Amino acid sequence: MFPRAFHYHRAGSLKEAATMLSQLGPEAKLLAGGQSLIPLMKLRFAGPPHLVDLNFIPGAAYVKQDAGGLRVGALTCHADIEDSPAAAAIPILHDCAAGIADVQIRNRGTIGGSLAEADPSGDWAPVLLTLNADVRCLGPKGERTVPISKFVVDAYTSALGEDELIIEVLIQAPPKSSGGAYIAFKRSAPVYASASAAVRLAMEDGVCRDAAIVLGAVGLTPVRALEAEAALRNNQVTAKTMEAAAEAARAAADPQPDMRGSAEYKRQLVTALVKRGLEVALKRARGEKVELSHIYA
Amino acid sequence: MKKNVRIVINGAEHRAEVEPRLLLVHFLREVAGLTGTHIGCETSLCGACTVLLDGMAVKSCTVLAVQADGRSITTIEGLAASENLHPIQEAFWEEHGLQCGYCTPGMILCAHDLLQQNASPSEQEIRDGIGGNLCRCTGYQHIVNAVKAASRKMNQRQRAAARAAD
Repeated sequence: MFPRAFHYHRAGSLKEAATMLSQLGPEAKLLAGGQSLIPLMKLRFAGPPHLVDLNFIPGAAYVKQDAGGLRVGALTCHADIEDSPAAAAIPILHDCAAGIADVQIRNRGTIGGSLAEADPSGDWAPVLLTLNADVRCLGPKGERTVPISKFVVDAYTSALGEDELIIEVLIQAPPKSSGGAYIAFKRSAPVYASASAAVRLAMEDGVCRDAAIVLGAVGLTPVRALEAEAALRNNQVTAKTMEAAAEAARAAADPQPDMRGSAEYKRQLVTALVKRGLEVALKRARGEKVELSHIYA
Repeated sequence: MKKNVRIVINGAEHRAEVEPRLLLVHFLREVAGLTGTHIGCETSLCGACTVLLDGMAVKSCTVLAVQADGRSITTIEGLAASENLHPIQEAFWEEHGLQCGYCTPGMILCAHDLLQQNASPSEQEIRDGIGGNLCRCTGYQHIVNAVKAASRKMNQRQRAAARAAD
């Protein structure tokens, strides 16, 4: 299988990539890790006449901590986030990065590419929504910072302009005594999740002061389960309140039946994933170390 | 428009003018003539085409040859330093880690990536490590056994080399 023929352009800097995009027109596509785009091109679902390759841009892949928070370069591959000591301070990032597809794909696929593709089953958007991350974008007119909640617009549609690209994801460290967790359930390693859940709990004296629950792969965009959050906020996190939150999350999910399962099956998955995620997030908020990653069965 | 690329494969430099849509796996097989890298599903699911790109396992059906310009590839033909087999190859042979052999080059290179990062993986870590490689013959148990055996062999040889250097 070959992609349709295209013109190849190699960007030497992020700024040059934005300039190339504005010159080549709206049908030009950016090539980051290529782990979604190349298969789509081979299957002829996508046939861009121009590809702007970002892989040769120096210094666009990094994970670093500074006064402004954790900064993740757009070209950082999932495997480097998985292995990053700086990212390890926020365990939900490791949960996500370490379980995306398989090792070969994690070695190539990038956080910027994943966000820009805005696949409804993508793993990063639900996780970053619980962390209120910001996405720094660059276009010919300069930079702007878009909150992740405004970045994901629709299925396969981000807030990026035709001549814009992601340069960095900015993540504020969650307050102490908070904990997060992400679990995706998938049928085998390389495939997208059938359903996923990202949760964050901010605790104070045994009471949940704030909660974020975001579901993946069960809607056209990640689903923020507001009623599930309300079931926990200003309450103690007990088996009963977690159960109530999981039921509310199930009601918020809007899954489509497909080869990964029926809508009802996916709703049941959501209930189980939210419950399990909350249990881990609570333990982490108490300072316990808990290993967690995607599940496949 | 074609593009000139220079790719080092198993230590030897290959220069060619290629179409940008040429996939790395086709460069390896058709330009460099190294047919040990197999084409399986072509949709990034089966892992048969796995090679090492600057030491890291990648699916060569999902990398363009132009993306590998200036970089180093290791294929199954170049894994062993000499005429001898690499310890992972020995272990696959001894533990019956293959039947038809179609997935084997990808399995071995993926195991190589795993063992570089984790010299003594647990059974679960091995199963996770080869999660992107499908085998339709073995049921995986003998492959997992082979990776365990390869880990032991490589650790033993490293200890022996360290003793010899003392």
